[in-house]
Amino acid sequence: MIAELGHFALALALCIAVVQSVLPLVGAARGDDILMSLARPAASGQFLAIAVAFGALTYGYVTSDFSILNVAQNSHSLKPMLYKVSGVWGNHEGSMILWVLILSLFGFAVAAFGNNLPASLRARVLSVQGMIGVGFLGFILLTSNPFERLNPAPLDGRDLNPLLQDPGLAFHPPMLYLGYVGFSMAFSFAVAALIEGRVDPAWARWVRPWTLAAWTALTAGITLGSWWAYYELGWGGWWYWDPVENASFMPWLAGTALLHSAIVVEKRDALKSWTILLAIITFGLSLMGTFLVRSGVLTSVHAFAVDPERGLFILGLLVVASGGGLILFAIRAPSMKLGGMFQPISREGGLIMNNLLLSVATATVFIGTLYPLFLDATTGEKVSVGPPFFNAAFVPVMMPLILLVAVGPMLAWKRGDLPGAMARLWVAAAVSIAAAAFVWSRQNDVALGPVIGFAFAGWLAGGAVTEWAERIALFRVPFSVSLSRALGLPRAAYGMTLAHFGLAIFICGAVADSFWRQEVVVNARQGETVSIAGYDLTLEKVERAQGPNYQTESAFIRVRRGGAEVATLVPERRFYPVQQMPTTEAAIHSTFLADLYAAIGEGGARDGWTVRVWHNPLVPWIWTGCLIMVAGGLVSLSDRRLRVGAPRRRVQPDQAAAPAGAD
Amino acid sequence: MTPKRRRLSIVVIGLVMLGTAAALVLTAFEDNLVFFFSPTDLKAKAIAPEQRIRVGGLVEEGSIEKSADGLVVNFRVTDLQNVVPVTFNGVLPDLFREGQGVVAEGRFIQGTFKASEVLAKHDETYMPKEVADALKKSGKWKGEAKP
Repeated sequence: MIAELGHFALALALCIAVVQSVLPLVGAARGDDILMSLARPAASGQFLAIAVAFGALTYGYVTSDFSILNVAQNSHSLKPMLYKVSGVWGNHEGSMILWVLILSLFGFAVAAFGNNLPASLRARVLSVQGMIGVGFLGFILLTSNPFERLNPAPLDGRDLNPLLQDPGLAFHPPMLYLGYVGFSMAFSFAVAALIEGRVDPAWARWVRPWTLAAWTALTAGITLGSWWAYYELGWGGWWYWDPVENASFMPWLAGTALLHSAIVVEKRDALKSWTILLAIITFGLSLMGTFLVRSGVLTSVHAFAVDPERGLFILGLLVVASGGGLILFAIRAPSMKLGGMFQPISREGGLIMNNLLLSVATATVFIGTLYPLFLDATTGEKVSVGPPFFNAAFVPVMMPLILLVAVGPMLAWKRGDLPGAMARLWVAAAVSIAAAAFVWSRQNDVALGPVIGFAFAGWLAGGAVTEWAERIALFRVPFSVSLSRALGLPRAAYGMTLAHFGLAIFICGAVADSFWRQEVVVNARQGETVSIAGYDLTLEKVERAQGPNYQTESAFIRVRRGGAEVATLVPERRFYPVQQMPTTEAAIHSTFLADLYAAIGEGGARDGWTVRVWHNPLVPWIWTGCLIMVAGGLVSLSDRRLRVGAPRRRVQPDQAAAPAGAD
Repeated sequence: MTPKRRRLSIVVIGLVMLGTAAALVLTAFEDNLVFFFSPTDLKAKAIAPEQRIRVGGLVEEGSIEKSADGLVVNFRVTDLQNVVPVTFNGVLPDLFREGQGVVAEGRFIQGTFKASEVLAKHDETYMPKEVADALKKSGKWKGEAKP
């Protein structure tokens, strides 16, 4: 009964979404206030209905109602409660419900907090949100109904794929979807602006916080996914340039570009058409990510059950949304007024270079990801494009960008002073040289890669700190003045400094791990020792145990360094009888400078076990860097000027005199 | 600088970047594309020893042999028409089993395929797409496993 209620609520949500997408749009075109005012209750109603459906499915999972096909296929009565709940989105149908739930949540947010938006813009934004809702609710109801019943109901379910029974992955999809779907707001605002035919700074003040929120969530989502892959798959690495990883990385790159160009629209009323185009492209790439993952065209852990019909449907949505957006753009963009003027060497100029480089980087990832599909479709030849391609094509594009990240914020709006900025960046140059020299001196055989990598990271970190120090005039005015300036800086300024600094930390981790990772694979019997990077690991014993829904073999590996005991690593090899599937649980001993990573393979007391050990330098810095970036996003979001509800306020004369804001 | 000149210079810079990126992509493709072959394809084609390729199919029943220290594994990949012997030094993925889909990446060295990487499917219901297509081509496809 609850399931039928959920199904009904979904159908109701679809009906409301149809109303929401048509009537307010007509109202906005005719200037009819009553039709326009329908948008807000419709958006709230749609959210409510989808929340009921989501709740109904969750109830089915929590109570292990195996008469629902979806629950029977993806849950099990013995599964821990966390994974019963996360199982809701651990499968295709349920994850689509989460997708539309988040979509309607954003629509609801516009309805609830959009008092200060012009009525026609609000109506059009909600109408476009409604259209996206129609597409995806239709998709769910026609091809992926999660409430389908199963008769007779089985006694127990078939369990969730054990790889997905993990805390990292419980929260990875919701964060990722918050990001993907969050970009739908930028898209809706872009399309609404194209229909209205104008973009003003007030528009950008709305788009920027939503884009920032989506970007922050996507960063967190990708980080969680990468962290999960690192410790759960037991392969010792954190990023494989797998097509599905790329599918989430492309919207991130485009979204990062969008985040920066929206600043130019807000501050300088320039780059309007480009920002709109980026918004359409970013959401288009998010949809493409959804398509790639669900159509079965890719070989990946994420590929849900292959169903060409579903793939075609999402492809259709992708074509309609991005194609429609781009056509509208082609028709309307030429009529957009050009905004503020600026010299090539200026903050605007720097942000344009940022956008160009990020777009080109997105394009290289796009080509590397889709070329195999293209070749397969046209010639039938099958190829794979792996990490070497991306290292050769993507990394060189990012390097000038990293140089630029330190310089851009030092330039003034309109007309910048490049020699002056470079002169003030001497600290960054010093940090960069020091980092390179340190790495150079510590390497036994001198390799250039890490030296260059750390020089770039040092430049970036030094640049981020210098920019902050410049703002508060550190060491140039009395300390108390600097302190009060530091307290008075807008939070968005801190957000930027944190995000850029986090990127530098991340680069250190990525460079160190890719150049200095060590790996040893041995077959070890009880009591045998293996050495790596100054550690001695002894296999003490292997024990069997029974988990809630799995059997496990745990190896106890004693870690010593120079004779002193450091830790005991307990990697496991689990077997999930319901799915007949083994999984590897890696054990990681993490110091802040490196991870010692161990996994065990098949084996027995007589022949020994396969033990695989890695020493991964600075991998914790990868997660730390990403966390700092996320923190930067959150801090920036908490800025008073960006707070939802604040955008209407025009810049007052006294505010205009305040130090230039953050960017 | 007039708005028109400004826009032109941005477009020119953008095109130069795209050109550079295209050059990077093309050179990277030249060195790093890994082609996929089924055992039947390999019968007809000669592969140079330096070329990195992927071979995919099913792990032939009864073909898995491990060395005494358990680190070197020999097995045969079949598309149920032809087989390719593969030797692999490393840890096999959790789901590597006889009769299941597998993709091996590596080079041919003196007639044997030395794999540097072996990929198996990620769960019970899923078969690598290349393997499914290879089986379809050899006419031995038995339909999609039920999800």
